[in-house]
Amino acid sequence: MQELVASEGQSQAEIAIDIQRLDAWYGPSQALFDVNLSILPLSVSAAIGPSGSGKSTFVRCLNRMHEEVFGARVTGSVVIEGVNIYAPTINPIYVRRHIGMVFQQPNPLPSRSIYENVAIGARINGLAKGRALDELVERRLRQAALWDEVKDRLSGAPTQLSGGQQQRLCIARALALEPHIVLMDEPCSALDPIATLQVEDLIRQLKQHYTIVIVTHNLQQAARVADRTAFFLSGHLVEEEATAEFFSHPKQKETEDFITGRFG
Amino acid sequence: MSVTAQSTKSNPFEAERNGLQLRRSIVNKLSIILTGFFAICASLFLIYLIGYIAAKGLQFINANFFTQRPRAPGETGGGWATALQGSAILITLATIIGVPLGMAVGIFLSEVGRGPFASFVRFLVDTLTGIPTIIFGLFAWVLIVVPSHSFSAVSGGVALGIIMIPTVARATEEVLRLVPNDQREASAALGATHSRTIMQVVVPAARSGIVTGVMLALARVAGETAPLLMTAGGTPFFNTNLFHQIDAIPLRIFNFTLSPYQIERDQAFSGALVLIVFVVITSLAVRWATGGFKRRGR
Amino acid sequence: MEVPVATERNSIQARSRAWLRASLSQIRVQARRPGDFAFRVLLYLFVGIVLVIVLGIGWVLLSSSWPTIQQFGFKYLTNPAFDPIHNTFGVGPALFGTFFTSAFAILLAVPLSVGTAIFLTEFCPRRLRFPLAFLVDTLAAIPSVAIGLWGFLVFAPWLQQTGEPWLQQHLGFLPFFQGTPYGVGMLAAGLILTAMILPIITAISREVMVVVPVSQREAMLALGATRWEVIRYAVLPYGRVGITGGAILGLGRALGETIAVTLVIGNQATPPSASLFQTGYTLSSVIVNQFGEATPGVFLSAVLEAGLLLLLITLLTNILARLLIARMGRVGGGLTA
Repeated sequence: MQELVASEGQSQAEIAIDIQRLDAWYGPSQALFDVNLSILPLSVSAAIGPSGSGKSTFVRCLNRMHEEVFGARVTGSVVIEGVNIYAPTINPIYVRRHIGMVFQQPNPLPSRSIYENVAIGARINGLAKGRALDELVERRLRQAALWDEVKDRLSGAPTQLSGGQQQRLCIARALALEPHIVLMDEPCSALDPIATLQVEDLIRQLKQHYTIVIVTHNLQQAARVADRTAFFLSGHLVEEEATAEFFSHPKQKETEDFITGRFG
Repeated sequence: MSVTAQSTKSNPFEAERNGLQLRRSIVNKLSIILTGFFAICASLFLIYLIGYIAAKGLQFINANFFTQRPRAPGETGGGWATALQGSAILITLATIIGVPLGMAVGIFLSEVGRGPFASFVRFLVDTLTGIPTIIFGLFAWVLIVVPSHSFSAVSGGVALGIIMIPTVARATEEVLRLVPNDQREASAALGATHSRTIMQVVVPAARSGIVTGVMLALARVAGETAPLLMTAGGTPFFNTNLFHQIDAIPLRIFNFTLSPYQIERDQAFSGALVLIVFVVITSLAVRWATGGFKRRGR
Repeated sequence: MEVPVATERNSIQARSRAWLRASLSQIRVQARRPGDFAFRVLLYLFVGIVLVIVLGIGWVLLSSSWPTIQQFGFKYLTNPAFDPIHNTFGVGPALFGTFFTSAFAILLAVPLSVGTAIFLTEFCPRRLRFPLAFLVDTLAAIPSVAIGLWGFLVFAPWLQQTGEPWLQQHLGFLPFFQGTPYGVGMLAAGLILTAMILPIITAISREVMVVVPVSQREAMLALGATRWEVIRYAVLPYGRVGITGGAILGLGRALGETIAVTLVIGNQATPPSASLFQTGYTLSSVIVNQFGEATPGVFLSAVLEAGLLLLLITLLTNILARLLIARMGRVGGGLTA
């Protein structure tokens, strides 16, 4: 069940994340039922669905964050770069170190400076020091389209920044660890429309270099940024399809009902 | 940054085998062990302390202990009845003084007080909690003991009563605030005056919480020694005259600890055992009553 | 409370008439309901009594110490003893003892308490959490005379026989562990104070750490942090203001502790040195020792001035602590003290 190597027939380069038979629980109640999905590299995949559908739980299973909740449990396999991250020999710390995550509420560390917020991941993992670290911080802040706005106040507190800026800071922080995959759990929910568009632009640029999985409750956002869209309902993956096809010709009735607003 | 991984390892999710990762792992494990050690030491100390006092103190806990007054070292059959009686009297006096005053402050802060005056009152009452109890002893000593040239139960009761005020006040205020406003509104709608609403509706609704607060204050005050040293004075005789010296358990423990007689030093443990049992059981009862066990979820 | 209703519109006359009407009706209401009035009077009377008591404590101590303050001024803080024969009174060694033992206690108690709190909130298996926390919290309920009793009759002798000689043997090169071991003294007092303030610092630290938002922890987790790194970079910085407040609260408690310290500090002045083995006394133990001997006059007021000093010191630390804990609400992180 928990295999270390990728399932046969697929080469690593074609699938970035291969999810098979994924179940997840919060204590006794099951949140995900038998999810099977392949996420393609260098693309944006969106997980949509009503509240409580399990879309956030799904994404948190991809970097083993879900199990940090007391009583949470996961079975199944998630294979990334040929390795099942749920294999018993794998330490979740190193899974998370190689996968970036951005959260719904921007969560910079308030007690550390803007510079330190970007650098912290690199520091604890020994990625760079001194001058090299300065360059790393600048590179990531540029990548997150934040450099020009903060370059004069790198030692300032992140609480001075607006919500959108804080979120871009968190993106820079996630990118600092050179992940291949970046997970985003409703990154724009707490942002105003302008900041939302900025982040969406950023996502479109980032997908040239990273595989991005984004949870969103905003259907239009999924239509705008995602290459593929997956619809979750009550813990089940109902449908997954290229975005254009997904919205124009949904195959399942539940998908169509959701898209057309009959519920959710 | 492409997905065809640049890592040369077969498993990119493995720890790099270098000094840093090893250090991180060691520090992590060490922190668990060290903090666990601290926590266990702290808990074990309590068990040891109570255990030791119980072991040494149980030998004198018998009927005499609770009924006889202290006898001179060498005589048998002595007990701590005077201290028990004295403590009971002192605690009663303290309650008579401290509870009405404390409740009044609590009611004031919750139901009546507004604005800067209320904040001032709250500030002052809060500072009372931080004052070392010997200061209250000094206060009662200068005001009552020195002019009257005598230790007395009254001065001890006054000192202890003042110590009770902030605990009772805070508990009263907190509990009164929890009473839902619809009860006050319903009472007003029935035509009750503000004072009747407070005294006949709100306070009774908070009755159990106030009792709990009083018990907490009692537990705190029962173990106080410093103020009693300077006010109650201690005596080996039964005494019901409130203006004379009176015995108390913490006082007797203190004096026996410093006694040159082994038998009295041994008995000090017994007194301490009784005191601890009383104080700890009262605190436990309070915690149980307030559901403190459930609140401390983490 | 009646709301004034203006029947005429928007003129100053109309409004002042309405106000007058409202005040009159209020008085009429109060007169109609003497219960309310009496209640308020009684309530304010009691509150007034409490205010008088609180302010009175300060006033009584101040006025009663006046003779000594007049006579000695600041020398009181440095004079070496209470010496009625030579008519000189001072708390120099007492102040030294108070600060030395309290500093020791804080330095030792803060890491122990914060460590204990970290274990209880972050690492401890759920089933152990309640019993351990209960044991640590109950330590705070133990009366100080009981701890002092154990300290004087059990701990101090052990220190003199075993503990202090061992320290002297292995660490005697440090000035802290030189001098004759008496058992009672600064070390005993400092260690007992540590045990006594540990519960409160632990309790406050736990409260502070529990309310650190999950989002902060997750931020570190998502970067591949170990459990300790999450604590070090997310939890502790977030709670540092509250933990400091708790430490200062513990410090205040240590400064004011009387009975346990009096029993184990030796109550004999020696010239202040760095040695932990020396005996001495504290501000609070001076009061205990001297009040019985005090003759009316300067002696008496000297004892009271010691009390005044103790009051000021503890008040300051407590106010500082509460300011810090209150600031936690604004900085980022909540704490109910």
